[in-house]
Amino acid sequence: MTGPDVAALIIALVGAVAAFRMVTSRNVVRAALYLVVTLAMVGATYILAGAEFVGWTQVLIYVGAIVVLLLFALMLTRAPIGRDTLDNQQRLLALIVGVGVLVGLVFLIQGAFGGKKIAVHATHTQEVGASLFSGYVLPFEVVSVLLLAALIGAVVLARKDDTE
Amino acid sequence: MIHLTILLIFAAFLFSAGVYGVLARRNAVLVLMSIELMLNAVNVNLVAFAQYLKDLTGQIFALFVIAVAAGEVGIGLAIVILIYRNRETIDVDKIDLLKW
Repeated sequence: MTGPDVAALIIALVGAVAAFRMVTSRNVVRAALYLVVTLAMVGATYILAGAEFVGWTQVLIYVGAIVVLLLFALMLTRAPIGRDTLDNQQRLLALIVGVGVLVGLVFLIQGAFGGKKIAVHATHTQEVGASLFSGYVLPFEVVSVLLLAALIGAVVLARKDDTE
Repeated sequence: MIHLTILLIFAAFLFSAGVYGVLARRNAVLVLMSIELMLNAVNVNLVAFAQYLKDLTGQIFALFVIAVAAGEVGIGLAIVILIYRNRETIDVDKIDLLKW
């Protein structure tokens, strides 16, 4: 185990525990705060693996914007606290499916990539930008149009209908 | 050197937690949060393989996934707030307008 290995293991453990607490928490606001921890740990794994631009984008977009949006939605909707109102009756079935997916994936990952290592190298923002604007201009434009459509759609949907 | 399996198993755990959350939760906002968890799991995989294969494509696609997730959560929350305004509940088990 090298230093980066230990760091990755600690980050992954903290993120996994926070993710588990998020889906089992009985309080919606606490669930959102556990989501912050998980997303921050995911960002930390990106930076640890050398993908610094994606890592900081993760911090900006997810931790900065999406969680705030989710907290606002929780504030605007009345969310009763307690297990029976937050979870439905299929908990056991959902647990079986979740554990099944996890076991299957871990089995496949161990079989296919057990022992493989990432040689950590920092990819600088310059390289990401050059690659993005040379080979992926069309997808980039499509995503920008998609974001515009989502913006207008969200405004139209959430606006109060006072014409009727 | 980081073991690839650490990141991949972390991603697999996040995905499984997301699956559990989507299936077991009633509150629509919590379901959306679980979907975000699953999208993050995919991003961890993309970045891990991008670094493993020394190819930037994975990172670019992770950025696209983040952008699409931002759009998705915006629309999703607008729909949730609209449903709350009309039906006074965001319990996904009680939203059955399209069921017959």
